[in-house]
Amino acid sequence: MSLVKAQHLVKTYRAGNIDVPALKGVDFSIEPGAFVAFVGPSGSGKSTLLNMIGGLDKPSGGQLTVLDTDIAALDRRAAARFRGANLGFVFQDFNLIPVLTAYENIEYPLLMVQDWPADRRRARVTELLAAVGMADQADKRPDQLSGGQKQRVAVARALATRPKLVLADEPTANLDHDTAYRILELMKKMRDEFGTTFIFSTHDSKIMGEAEVTFTLEDGRLMNEGGARA
Amino acid sequence: MLKVFKLAARNLARYQRRTLLTTLLIVLGVLAVLLFVSVSGSFKRLIVGQITDSMLGHVEVHRRGYVASIDNLPLNLNMKPAMLAKVDEALKKMDSVEAWSPRLKFGAMFSNFTETTSIRLNGVDPAREAATCPLMLKRFLQGTPDGGLVERGKVLIPDILATGMKIKVGDTVVLVATNLDGSVNGKTFIVQGVLDSVTGPGGRDGYINIDDARELLRLAEPEVSEIAIRLKNPQKFAAAAAAIRQALADATDKQGRPALEVHTWDQLTPFANIASMIDLLTLFIKVMLIGIVLISIMNVMVMAVYERIREIGTIAAIGTQPGRILALFMTEGLLLGVVGAVIGAALSLAGIYVLNVVHVSFAFARQQFTLAPTISIGDILIVSVTVIVVAVLASLQPAWKASRMDPITALRHV
Repeated sequence: MSLVKAQHLVKTYRAGNIDVPALKGVDFSIEPGAFVAFVGPSGSGKSTLLNMIGGLDKPSGGQLTVLDTDIAALDRRAAARFRGANLGFVFQDFNLIPVLTAYENIEYPLLMVQDWPADRRRARVTELLAAVGMADQADKRPDQLSGGQKQRVAVARALATRPKLVLADEPTANLDHDTAYRILELMKKMRDEFGTTFIFSTHDSKIMGEAEVTFTLEDGRLMNEGGARA
Repeated sequence: MLKVFKLAARNLARYQRRTLLTTLLIVLGVLAVLLFVSVSGSFKRLIVGQITDSMLGHVEVHRRGYVASIDNLPLNLNMKPAMLAKVDEALKKMDSVEAWSPRLKFGAMFSNFTETTSIRLNGVDPAREAATCPLMLKRFLQGTPDGGLVERGKVLIPDILATGMKIKVGDTVVLVATNLDGSVNGKTFIVQGVLDSVTGPGGRDGYINIDDARELLRLAEPEVSEIAIRLKNPQKFAAAAAAIRQALADATDKQGRPALEVHTWDQLTPFANIASMIDLLTLFIKVMLIGIVLISIMNVMVMAVYERIREIGTIAAIGTQPGRILALFMTEGLLLGVVGAVIGAALSLAGIYVLNVVHVSFAFARQQFTLAPTISIGDILIVSVTVIVVAVLASLQPAWKASRMDPITALRHV
């Protein structure tokens, strides 16, 4: 059964009196445990698509099912609950909470979203810090970390609640090539270790080859599905 | 909830300068209000105490219509012995009453054999008057109350009269009073003391023994014009007056109306208006405090939301419920209010202590007063809780805005 399934997915934005199409009838499905990339130039609709899969935006037409849930039918609270229970997010700008340490940033969704008890939280955060190679940086705040380290913490935070799906919008855009490559390797390792499905977007042709499944978007349309296998 | 507090505290610590400035504003507001409440309360207590303890008492009982005609000191509106006995009986049963003093008030001519003037006199029972108005004993500028507040055959005169007519203690004077039947009677008295004048009704009256007064007025019965009452708890004068009124309700005139009237000190002196103005000023200062807290907290929270739009987008995107985002920002307002109120209250207590140590004195109507400011736990709680509630209310709108923010729009915010 597909983890994510889109049928004739359409998204149109309104700019003044003009309708601006962002997605023009997209069909695809993603299987559990996949390591998927949506690639394409800026403005091709990658972020729009990831936002809709993440329940942050709603389609204008078509059908989008995530984990057997019609995500467009969820109201604000239900969508937040769904994201908190099932999804993890990695952002281009890392988006760590500046007043919290690396440890506390990873702990945040366990504490503020899922209300895990203290002992379970401690075990999970310690496990993730070790998994992303940040155990020795646990007490540092984001402004004391490099870009690569911040993104490692962000990946760990995305995985904290054991989500079934992690969405990463341009996770390597602000990183140098070597660091970007290491982050993708880390994400793939996490997928192998925790069985989490990863969907990321990128416009960097050098790293899109790291994906096992690649969807190419151009001008709001899906051009092909590439099956790069590691 | 503790985690929300912890995160809110850290967010406040992130913007140290702004948090400090906002807290400082709240602290100054609380400090100003509590100091004002304590100092104005002390001033009010001093003046009210001066008036009630020097001459008025906390509550007075008169025959119906007497107060309306008090400028004339009408002898025909005196209380008869039966009425006096009824009042005595009622007051004896009241726990709230500490002492009471019957007075016979009348107007007289005052002469030192070379000059004559008019004087308002109070015939009093020395021991009972001293128990009811203990500050009377401290009003002696010349002479002493050692042999009793006012001995038989002696008179206490106000200093303004003594100065004007060059009279000193030990001088002989003549008092001439018109009796109830229109006849006139005169009697010589020795000046026992010169009293400091005090502000308010009766502040420039003379005093003689009540038995001398009855002789001078040739009263057939031991009548009195008023009964001044001292209460154990002066703050509860209104409730005590109501209870006295209730106890005397069955004393009626021929028309079946209450024969006696009970007045509280604030109904008998114009200073009650000043006391009301002090209360009004205190209220005004409190409203200003609410304004200060409201504006400063709203300002800081609006800025906090604006500067953290992306952060709000992030925590919303990863599944934080809107209610929890609302709670987070409101908690920041709450913490600012709590910290400001606690520090402000602590500094106020320190300030009040200092004022009590340095003994701030001021002159009011020829009298020197030393402030003894105090603040009640109730006042501290009311001001602190008001500040905290206003702080939370002020953060409501920015917090609501943060909780309703669209995550995508917030994440795109630069």
